[in-house]
Amino acid sequence: MIYLTLFLEFFKTGLFAVGGGLATIPFLTDIAVKYPWFTSAELADMIAVAESTPGPIGVNTATFAGFRAAGIPGALVATFGLVLPSFLIILLIAGALQKYKSNPLVQNAFAGLRPASAGLIGAAGWSVLQTALAGTGLSGAVNLPAVLLFAAILVLSNIKKLKSLHPAVFIGLAALAGIVFGM
Amino acid sequence: MESSKTTCRELYAAFFRIGLFTFGGGYAMLPMLERECVDKHGWTNREELLDYFAIGQCTPGVIAVNTATFVGSAERGIPGAAAATAGVISPSLLIILIIAMLLENFAHLPAVQHAFGGIRISVAALIVNAVIKLIRSNVKSPLAIALCILAFVAVACFSLSPVTVVIVAAIAGVLGKAVNP
Repeated sequence: MIYLTLFLEFFKTGLFAVGGGLATIPFLTDIAVKYPWFTSAELADMIAVAESTPGPIGVNTATFAGFRAAGIPGALVATFGLVLPSFLIILLIAGALQKYKSNPLVQNAFAGLRPASAGLIGAAGWSVLQTALAGTGLSGAVNLPAVLLFAAILVLSNIKKLKSLHPAVFIGLAALAGIVFGM
Repeated sequence: MESSKTTCRELYAAFFRIGLFTFGGGYAMLPMLERECVDKHGWTNREELLDYFAIGQCTPGVIAVNTATFVGSAERGIPGAAAATAGVISPSLLIILIIAMLLENFAHLPAVQHAFGGIRISVAALIVNAVIKLIRSNVKSPLAIALCILAFVAVACFSLSPVTVVIVAAIAGVLGKAVNP
């Protein structure tokens, strides 16, 4: 029953992803490996679309991934699954907002969670990078234009004046480069 | 219904606009949230909104949804929370479904394939940037550095489930403070 599996996987994602939209990516990478719903290359496409369209990145990616897995019902089920843990947890603590925030146990747990979340997102980025760079290279050889484009975007997006530009600008530039250089 | 009371429809509509006009989620959402929830409807004030945000980061899940649930439940209880949450995710659902369906029809075109070849590379670069930002603000103590590296290695080299990593990291955070306060 694909809908139940979808719901459970995205519920798990919503429950364990800490620190906003990008934190869902490690879980989606895991899903891409475990199920035949989408490949990690397609996941990178979904992230790009999610970052360039309105709405929270986590919700956008879940909708897209759910659609790829099982059409429109899949999109609804995945999004519902992702959102439900947040919804329930917040309702649960809404009454004791300040108490929860200053609870030392909660604070210490999150002191451990946030650095791990950075590492997890890094690992997800690493897997996206591997698929992106190996993409069109001959027999897994490193694809030089791809490496150059990666370096160029990394440098451009860290130049002070360009830093505040929307990610969609860099994604658009990369799309153009992809078409021009046949990546 | 009294006219002074916020209706679920108002909550849905306000959060629909917030979802529609926010690109990227997270802090990008703050100006839109202020406009709708503070300036326009007076549901909350700026300090409370920042509190909601802080809590959103200290709870699992999508921050936008956490904040919507907070504001909605404060105004109108559980139905209000459901209305606000449904509002903030509706634009995503509609827009992404349209794009996903369009892409299914055009994905086979060489130009689209080449474009996504380039796009994937930019996504990798943008994730690297996000990770650098996260490391700068959250990875300072030796324990934090160790957890960050271990989490990366566990998933990138040993394909461990991120769920396991998250649980272990939370426990390590609690124990680390207990051992070294």
